[in-house]
Amino acid sequence: MHESAFLIGQVFNGISVASLFVMAALGLALSFGLMRVINMAHGEMLMLGGYLAYLTLLVVPGPLGILVAMPVAFLGAAFLGGILELTVIHRLSTRPLDTLLATWGVSLILQQAARNLFGAIGVQVVAPTWLDHTISFSTGILSGLTLPDTRLFILLVAALILGGVALLINKTRLGLYVRAVNQDRPTAAALGVNARLVDLTVFALGTGVAGLAGVILALLGPVTPTVGQSYIVPAFLVVILGGLGSLVGTTIASLMVGLFTALIEIYVDVSVAQVLLLVFVILFIQIRPQGVIAVRSRALEG
Amino acid sequence: MKPALPITLLVLVLGAAAPWLISAYELSLLGRFLAFSLVALGIMLTWGEGGILSLGQGVFFGLGGYALAMHLKLEGLDIANGDMPDFMTWSGVSALPTLWRFFVNPWLSLVYVVLVPGLFAAFFGWLVFRRRIGGVYFALITQALALAFATLLVSQQALTGGFNGLTNFSTFAGYDITSQGAARVIYLITFMLVVAAYFALRWLLATRFGTMLRATRDGENRIRFLGHNPLPYKVVAFTIAGSLSGIGGALFTLHAGVISPALVGVVPSIEMVVWVAVGGRGVLWGAIAGTLLVNFAKDEISSALPSLWLYALGALFVLVVSFLPGGIAGMFSNPRLPPRLLRRRQEVVE
Repeated sequence: MHESAFLIGQVFNGISVASLFVMAALGLALSFGLMRVINMAHGEMLMLGGYLAYLTLLVVPGPLGILVAMPVAFLGAAFLGGILELTVIHRLSTRPLDTLLATWGVSLILQQAARNLFGAIGVQVVAPTWLDHTISFSTGILSGLTLPDTRLFILLVAALILGGVALLINKTRLGLYVRAVNQDRPTAAALGVNARLVDLTVFALGTGVAGLAGVILALLGPVTPTVGQSYIVPAFLVVILGGLGSLVGTTIASLMVGLFTALIEIYVDVSVAQVLLLVFVILFIQIRPQGVIAVRSRALEG
Repeated sequence: MKPALPITLLVLVLGAAAPWLISAYELSLLGRFLAFSLVALGIMLTWGEGGILSLGQGVFFGLGGYALAMHLKLEGLDIANGDMPDFMTWSGVSALPTLWRFFVNPWLSLVYVVLVPGLFAAFFGWLVFRRRIGGVYFALITQALALAFATLLVSQQALTGGFNGLTNFSTFAGYDITSQGAARVIYLITFMLVVAAYFALRWLLATRFGTMLRATRDGENRIRFLGHNPLPYKVVAFTIAGSLSGIGGALFTLHAGVISPALVGVVPSIEMVVWVAVGGRGVLWGAIAGTLLVNFAKDEISSALPSLWLYALGALFVLVVSFLPGGIAGMFSNPRLPPRLLRRRQEVVE
């Protein structure tokens, strides 16, 4: 295989991993910007999306089953996220570290429930035949490069979601409220924005997107009770790198983490790559502790 | 809140007499859990007093545990003649790795147990705290650290024993460590170290250092405005917690006869936090009591109904944190939580 084709293949892999990270981290980053809490059960929303895809495909087999599974997973995860926000997160939202611990408890319960319901080994979701192709290059400098359709599909879905959320935040009234609460909660509330409802909506939206990402994960490998765990720690790092609740920052940070991992794995094995990613993050925050994009605010601490 | 003198004396006497009061199996459990409670004391110092939540204390536990275990694997081997630990021979290593040569001397290894986790915690803490990264960010970064550490241990099979970790120890500095009598001695050493750590921390928290640490927790920026630098207090607290975890890890390795990646990763690290949450993050004895309680409960529940334990642990997290933030110790003391816990969001936003 040509050298540059291999490199481009790795870059492509990095971008497709980054698109998974962006879907996983989007909800985390938005809610973190609003409420300063991190939902440790967010990874289990990916898992839930995966299992919902599996169940949907049992009911609706055939080539279009996966397209039905996506809204089902979105709604299912958004619903569970909404309940979680109402019962646990809201009452703890003044204590961010305690929220971390409580939601980690929720994540343990959800993992164990999945283990009891579906077994520890995991279930397989078969990608529909229309995603079963690969685009291969056989001539020129790209000779030997193959791009699987599933990977392109991930990119497409991530781009659509990102575009959709960007429109929602920047062009709609709800988005205006979100930005207002993000900048200054008491003032927004004083001007009549229902900050509670904004919190709840954004949280449910974020978990819904994670559920959708879970469907995509199911196309790549088996859905296991711990499938979310392997993606959630990089997603946390994305949130740290991205900056408070910034959509652009989260996207750039996802690309950074995805590309860094994919390119470093050319030289070292996966476990060392994980260590180097952490080193990269720690070095990065030495230079920019506020993240890639800092939301301007006059608050000293928030 | 300090426990009354008669209760303190009773606990000390019972603890010291335990080897002659309870069965060998129970003693082994108690010893392990007391080793854990050294980790918990460190978490109480950083989280309860310093407001620094680390979800990666398992890393320091592991560093201490592995430091001792590496020496125990070398014990009795003829290193000059090219002898190697059993697992290295299986992995096809031809010569003892340089890293392992540091652990030939038993007493130096004991120094490493304290020094390696301490220095690593100091360096890591300094790097992160100097850029004023704290709170949730710090928790997430330390969790990533725990994940990276455990993955690295598993993948470097030839150097670390991989997934199975290090086990099959027989002697330390020539003394047999597997006999019944040795178990008692190891228990008593553990017990004395826990008591020493408890009183040392009690003293430390009563000094000016303790005051500054609490002040940093409650209003880091106010401390800066008053002309102090909060960095050294946080780094020192995190370093002490790291060393305590390392000692706990080494003692655990002696009691359990094994140290492995499964004991130091993400889940064990966060479980360490729940011990302190249950016991009470604001009180020193709460950390020890919580560790013993949660671990004995875990032992009972998981041997009877294995899948129930994770539900119980999850529910414990949610319930304690939501309804009993002061933990068990908080129920005994006057309801004086750290002010940050009680402050309303509006004030925090300002």
